[in-house]
Amino acid sequence: MSASRKPTTMTTITGSQSVISSLEHEGVDLIFGIPGGAILPAYDPLYSSPIRHILARHEQGAGHMAAGYAWATGRVGVCVATSGPGATNLVTPLADALMDSVPMVAITGQVPTHAVGNDAFQEAYTVGITMPTTKHNYFVTDPDDIPTVIHQAFHLASSGRPGPVLVDLPKDVLNQETEWRPPQDLELPGYKPTLDGHPRRVREAVEMLAASRRPVLYVGGGIIKSEASEALTRFAEITNIPVVTTLMGRGAIPDSHPLCLGMPGMHGNYTAITSMQKCDVLAAFGVRFDDRVTGDPDHFAVDAKIIHADVDPAEIGKVRAADIPIVADARRVLTQMIEAWGDRPPVAGQQWLETIREWQTKYPLSYDQQPDGPIKPQFVIDELARVTGGDAILVAGVGQHQMWASQFWNFDRPRRWINSGGLGTMGFAVPAAIGAKAGMPDELVYAVDGDGCFQMTFQELIAAAAHQIPVKVAVFNNGAHGMVKQWQKLFYGGRLSASLLNAEMVDYVKLAEGMGCIGLRAESPEEVGPTLEKSLSIDDRPVVVEMVVDPDEMVFPMVPAGGSNDNVILGPEPGD
Amino acid sequence: MTVSALSHPPRHTLSLIVENRPGVLARVSSCLARRGFNIHSLAVGPTIDPGLSRITVVVESEKIEQVKKQLHKLINVIRIFELEPSKAVERETMLIRVATTPSARTEAIEVANIFKANVVDVGYNSLTFEVTGRPAKLNDLIELLRPFGVVELVKSGRIAIGRAAKSKPARIRAVG
Repeated sequence: MSASRKPTTMTTITGSQSVISSLEHEGVDLIFGIPGGAILPAYDPLYSSPIRHILARHEQGAGHMAAGYAWATGRVGVCVATSGPGATNLVTPLADALMDSVPMVAITGQVPTHAVGNDAFQEAYTVGITMPTTKHNYFVTDPDDIPTVIHQAFHLASSGRPGPVLVDLPKDVLNQETEWRPPQDLELPGYKPTLDGHPRRVREAVEMLAASRRPVLYVGGGIIKSEASEALTRFAEITNIPVVTTLMGRGAIPDSHPLCLGMPGMHGNYTAITSMQKCDVLAAFGVRFDDRVTGDPDHFAVDAKIIHADVDPAEIGKVRAADIPIVADARRVLTQMIEAWGDRPPVAGQQWLETIREWQTKYPLSYDQQPDGPIKPQFVIDELARVTGGDAILVAGVGQHQMWASQFWNFDRPRRWINSGGLGTMGFAVPAAIGAKAGMPDELVYAVDGDGCFQMTFQELIAAAAHQIPVKVAVFNNGAHGMVKQWQKLFYGGRLSASLLNAEMVDYVKLAEGMGCIGLRAESPEEVGPTLEKSLSIDDRPVVVEMVVDPDEMVFPMVPAGGSNDNVILGPEPGD
Repeated sequence: MTVSALSHPPRHTLSLIVENRPGVLARVSSCLARRGFNIHSLAVGPTIDPGLSRITVVVESEKIEQVKKQLHKLINVIRIFELEPSKAVERETMLIRVATTPSARTEAIEVANIFKANVVDVGYNSLTFEVTGRPAKLNDLIELLRPFGVVELVKSGRIAIGRAAKSKPARIRAVG
């Protein structure tokens, strides 16, 4: 520690108070957690702190709430858990946040330092367990380090490629006396993210795009994280280059924009997939060539030259070699690209855009809702868009409902779509929606969830009811792990091994009421709109809307896992 | 040693300057394991700066750039150098115990002398040598001692240092 420490006129406090003061210093006003033995000391100063604490019902819920909060607000989400099982229950949300680059700080209690390593009650090697599921983590042994460690944790979580950071605090460290000093030096010699693109690379990229005939911009979560939407839209407009937005990047450019082609990938639309396959230059910003986007990488966009800009150097060249690699923050590099483009004319690719329009006309996303047939899940998304005017933060879990939501909702701006992309964490939607609503109380937050997902984390609705966080959840009840069932029907000869959920057994209306929420149900297409409208009229508590949907509906288009993106399965024609 | 160990991806010697903190070695080895990169050998020790440690790790990988980039993401890793064998001095230390009857001792020592190996322990029916050298030299000695019967073998893991410039450099920068 430096000699510049002020001689102490400060009051002595406990490590716990130092933790809470540090969180306040970072501007935290909302945290999600569950107390327990080792973290108990930190909950005492919290009692008199202005920081609001949401008591989750399972630590996994607390973690996803923090993620939902971070997704919606762009700020660092904070979750708290005790040692042992409390900390291990955070592993899934941490891994989820690492995959999806969500800025998060997790505070965990630990057994006292003298007991560490002795298999003490509720002891787990949290730092070891979370080493591969965090961007970085800390084990604090000296309470004087708390302000610096927490400051570093917030800096690491929110800068460069964002991600989760965990701070493990032994109980004796929380109880010891210390003083709180504002953190000064970050002292992170091994951490210096490159934010500005190399000017020569930027020029090369502009020249390559200017000379291209069939260019596509491939953008994802990095645009959302770096607040690059405006720069992206401007760059697309001055160059007249079409844009595909990945599952993580939905809303990066409005879906209503004529240059936006929507989502590519395994369940992307034909035009988004095929434009990438046929392009001559693929300019990628804030994406990682995920296998759900590329399909078989050896057959992905084989004729394309690749420009790849990402803030994480390890993503560049990981899956696909880049002809022009650019390590940079997405917003900064797009701003540089706009400048370097100057007053060049838009790319002369009228023929390319016409080809794309033809695909869009020929292969639109579609579904067939019969008036007297079962409710089609896609119809629910369309009706939800209609009754809300599209003005909602949409949250999804993982599976069929997630794909339908991403396909059929028109995202008009960033941070209006929250889901678990990389890790594919079922059960994400309910707690993430609660976190989003807690962070953005004036926004309508609507979760769409599958019945399989809902049954993993619905207990967090008790927390939502208790804390008056009026989220709304539409449960797509198809009585199955729908995506598993879809694969079993397509690839396993229809042998539905362990994918059915005993739909007849669960009464979601009663379940909702039993948790202090309102429960509604729609069983036929004409009930969908009115039921959703009714859900919007309730704003004093959470609402669960059970949508009894067609159990046989499948998600299309589809590129089977590991297949070539040249072979898009379009699904049945309407009326089939 | 199994048969599959005989064919392996190319080996690369990486020299890492890391913060001298608890758990850093675990982070490095966990990162390599997590990404499916095999560690051939690993040696860690202090540097002249008490705040820094050096990890010399020999990694088997077809994707060494990816290995380096993933390691660079570790917050406590400050610098990474890849040391090409032709531009570095690479050394390993080995302790090798061979079975020798009293009458065969001289013969074993003669072999060892060629490799500048020192006798560090003598037993009734064994000799223990200490030898330092290039990894290839150590392997040659093992082969020559194998007929005696190798009882025990301990290797330090490779350490390496880049070769200095042979002409006057523009500037000198010391690290660690």
